[in-house]
Amino acid sequence: MKTIHLALAFLSLAPMAMAETPVLRVLTYDSFAAEWGPGPAIAKGFEAECACTVAYVTAGDGAAVLSRLQMEGAGSSADIVLGLDTALTETARATGLFAPLAAQAPNDLPVPYTDANFAPFDWGWFAFVYDNTKLTAPPKSFKELAASNLKIVIEDPRSSTPGLGLVMWVKAAYGDQSAQIWKDLADNIVTVTPSWDAAYGLFLKGEADMVLSYTTSPAYHLIAEKDASKSAAAFDEGQYMQIEVAGKLASSKQQALADQFLAYLASDAAQAVIPTTNWMYPAKTPAAGLPAGFETLIQPAKSLLLTPVEAEAGRKAAVEEWQTVLSQ
Amino acid sequence: MANRFVAISAWALASGIAALVLGTALALAVQAKGVALHPADWAALRFTLMQAALSTLLSCLLAMPVARALARTRFAGRRALIVLMGAPFLLPVIVAVLGLVSLYGRNGVLNQTLAALGLPTVTIYGLHGVVLAHVFFNLPLATRMLLNGWQSIPAERFRLAQTLGLPSTFRHIELPMLAAVLPGVALAIFLVCLTSFVVALTLGGGPAATTLELAIYQALRFDFDPGHAALLAGVQFAVCAVAVTVAARFTLPEGLGLGLDRAQAGQKAHWVDAPVLALAAVFLILPLVAVVADGAPAVLQLPAMVWQAALRSALMAMAAAVLSVTAALVLVQAKVVGAAWVEAAAMLPLATSGLVLGTGLFLLTRSFVQPETIALPVTVLVNALMALPFLFRLLLPQARDLHRNYDRLAQTLGLSGAARLRWLTLPRLVRPLGMGAGLAAALSMGDLGVVALFAGHDQATLPLVVQRLSGAYRMDQAAAAALVLVASSFALFALCDIGGRRAAP
Amino acid sequence: MLHLDHLRLTQDGFHVSANWHLPAGARLAMLGPSGAGKSTLLMGLAGFIAPSAGRILWQGRDLAALTPAQRPVSILFQDQNLFPHLSVAQNLGLAIDPRLRLSASDLARVEAVLHRLGLHGMGARKPASLSGGQLGRAALGRVLLQARPVLLLDEPFAALGPALKADLLGLVTELAAENGTTVVLVTHDPADARRFAEGVCLVHDGVADAPVATDAIFADPPPALRDYLG
Repeated sequence: MKTIHLALAFLSLAPMAMAETPVLRVLTYDSFAAEWGPGPAIAKGFEAECACTVAYVTAGDGAAVLSRLQMEGAGSSADIVLGLDTALTETARATGLFAPLAAQAPNDLPVPYTDANFAPFDWGWFAFVYDNTKLTAPPKSFKELAASNLKIVIEDPRSSTPGLGLVMWVKAAYGDQSAQIWKDLADNIVTVTPSWDAAYGLFLKGEADMVLSYTTSPAYHLIAEKDASKSAAAFDEGQYMQIEVAGKLASSKQQALADQFLAYLASDAAQAVIPTTNWMYPAKTPAAGLPAGFETLIQPAKSLLLTPVEAEAGRKAAVEEWQTVLSQ
Repeated sequence: MANRFVAISAWALASGIAALVLGTALALAVQAKGVALHPADWAALRFTLMQAALSTLLSCLLAMPVARALARTRFAGRRALIVLMGAPFLLPVIVAVLGLVSLYGRNGVLNQTLAALGLPTVTIYGLHGVVLAHVFFNLPLATRMLLNGWQSIPAERFRLAQTLGLPSTFRHIELPMLAAVLPGVALAIFLVCLTSFVVALTLGGGPAATTLELAIYQALRFDFDPGHAALLAGVQFAVCAVAVTVAARFTLPEGLGLGLDRAQAGQKAHWVDAPVLALAAVFLILPLVAVVADGAPAVLQLPAMVWQAALRSALMAMAAAVLSVTAALVLVQAKVVGAAWVEAAAMLPLATSGLVLGTGLFLLTRSFVQPETIALPVTVLVNALMALPFLFRLLLPQARDLHRNYDRLAQTLGLSGAARLRWLTLPRLVRPLGMGAGLAAALSMGDLGVVALFAGHDQATLPLVVQRLSGAYRMDQAAAAALVLVASSFALFALCDIGGRRAAP
Repeated sequence: MLHLDHLRLTQDGFHVSANWHLPAGARLAMLGPSGAGKSTLLMGLAGFIAPSAGRILWQGRDLAALTPAQRPVSILFQDQNLFPHLSVAQNLGLAIDPRLRLSASDLARVEAVLHRLGLHGMGARKPASLSGGQLGRAALGRVLLQARPVLLLDEPFAALGPALKADLLGLVTELAAENGTTVVLVTHDPADARRFAEGVCLVHDGVADAPVATDAIFADPPPALRDYLG
């Protein structure tokens, strides 16, 4: 009985405490808010200028963020949703929960990108990562990869955003011939994992010659571990892009504060945090440039990206095609 | 009086369980847009059934010689071996998978050895890999249950067979026991394998190895189609119901195996026992060694938050254990005085999908509270619920004995309510209660489940931290944190189990 | 007076009926082949089985509404008369207070009973460390402390040798006489009945006959007893 009273007292006090310093609630994925992710530094930087508190609410990955938002619906307590990628933005937009952006910050993305609801904060190219001490002549295209005896481990598009990215990549590069590419790749695939970390873990254990990851993955090993043995393979077809975006919810009672946060996210201070915390390219290159080590990364000749509308329209069929071909 | 109290509590509990399990599924079902299964769902159902059936068959077949060998041999360290062999059942799935890959993977110990000897290498990826992993998880469970069966055969019966000069003790004595015990063992393993997801996909080698649970995950995550998830959960339910019905036609086993120190006095050891036990020990313990070897180097460099998460997880695991043990005790008491329906309620959580349960709870509670404010209590509740079927089975045989032997004496003495609990029930059941609490704590410690759905940023449990570390390239630290997780799970289990044994009269 | 008034008990589809009374302070043996219904009758008296017809009355009072612990009845089972996880003294203490909150005078009573039964100094021991005879005595100590006017014995001490059994039955006779206890002994051994009981109730084919004086019934056995004695 006593505990119930205490709990009630606590619940009634909590909103009062919030009323004093506004709390900006940011729904994002786990690794963004993790202590080694960009979250803490960005929160600290923003809190210094907003007289508010940033509270991260997390879900497993971009897809989990979206499904959590769909579960919460208009009743969501979040002000900002951060960490969806362009494969998901159309579905997110269709919920009608997002407010238009107050301003469009300039960006340095390799492809033109603007969206009325979503502001990009970082981006990367998908790539197959390999150990350059073991593999000296990496394949230069999907066709070369398929023709080789190299073993790869990939993520499942039904449970992981990089997995979905790969399916989109093949679709963007090969269109109607994508099924044939998957058929040819089938004997190279060691296994398909439910998540990026399982795939990357298997690769590091030596279970595969290459793993589907990002062109920026080698930068982590180089900068954080002083290990130059990982490289990403550049493919002639071009590399598919992942653009990560943030948006504000129409239901937020702190529209101005949310706008202010999105502006901060695009600022030099926040963007400079991204490369060595999220291991992605910042949407706007900071004035001081990219950290040392990033210059060693491959620069794809061609960037591939389906528009959000194309991605949304083609996703289901592409995943079904992938599943059908690889199930045989 | 006492009986009525137990009956009312049991009713309330059973209704609560049914409401949770069915209510959460219903919360998803109301959002259904259609009720058709896709062709891919049928494929998933077929694969789910096939891998579960194969895993069950192989686990049971292999467990028989192992349990028999354990039953009839005595050697130093026998009990330690039994305890250690139980460890795989307590391992978090992804940790165990990586441990297996260290041994049997393309770059694993086995293939390196084969290659060094100039022999062709083997692959773990495919249906056989899935079955291998499931056997690794469930062989200990099957062995323990069967060992219990062997130990329940009175030694006199073997002596009688000898005096009568019966040609085969197996056919006349052991086979009837197996016929009675095996269906229940098979059922338990089948149900565990039915909801497999990470093992099936990671080791399955491709989307052909899609289980219903993965289809549920997809429906919730990428398609956001809760109705379809509920439909799939319903299919999973139906499969469970059929399995339970089929198994119920045979006698069910009575527990996971206590009384481990009674060697089967009536049977002599056979030369085959030693190699069988050695093989089983190597098969079950080597992956654990790999987990330790992978994790040990980085343990000292783990960030402080890992230890905080470990403490949080341990506290939650203990809370879940207390909750689950209490619930199991009440239900078991009701069952022994004749309430048959109690058993159905106690087994119900085995049939549900953790993801459906979590999502349903989220949908049901979101209008009242912030998800993260109830993340930890909900996780404790769900973990307690998931451990309940195992605890119920564990307690049942001892509770039955207790009732049969001492209920009338207690009644003539007027021993009821709290006094009965203190002076009779707890002291008599403290061993299975300790083991059950340990099991619940360990299972709950390793569960990623619903906390990932509800937790705010600052409420990470240890499994969540492992996932976050490995999601940020920190594989070494993730392996170390996983080792901490395994060690804590095992320590919690051992603490409760030994505590129960020590406290036993 | 113990009155079985048109009593009928049913257990697992098996019936036993009785319609007679027994004066207070009497010692009665229920004799009959196994499966005749002796134990069922005893369990009815103790309150574990509710009558399907008729009544059980003690000193004119119907016992139907009373739980086993509320009845003026204590019972010694065939076995499992003591909890193995509790000490002998704790087992005896439960007979005084099921919560085992014992005052100094309660403890003194336990000690006195142990003394009286020749178990002095064994209070702290667990039942498993006692001999068969000592176990029987400790069990008797439990019913002695319950101090109920009616004592039911369900083939007690059956596992002991004849000499020990006779010894313990002698002790029961002694204690019953001291306290004026009414005793009902269930047995399939005619020797027990002769040695112990003043009256014999023959149980056969689901009927418990009215008690007959022991000497008389063995002097001129009715057909059912003759069949049983063979």
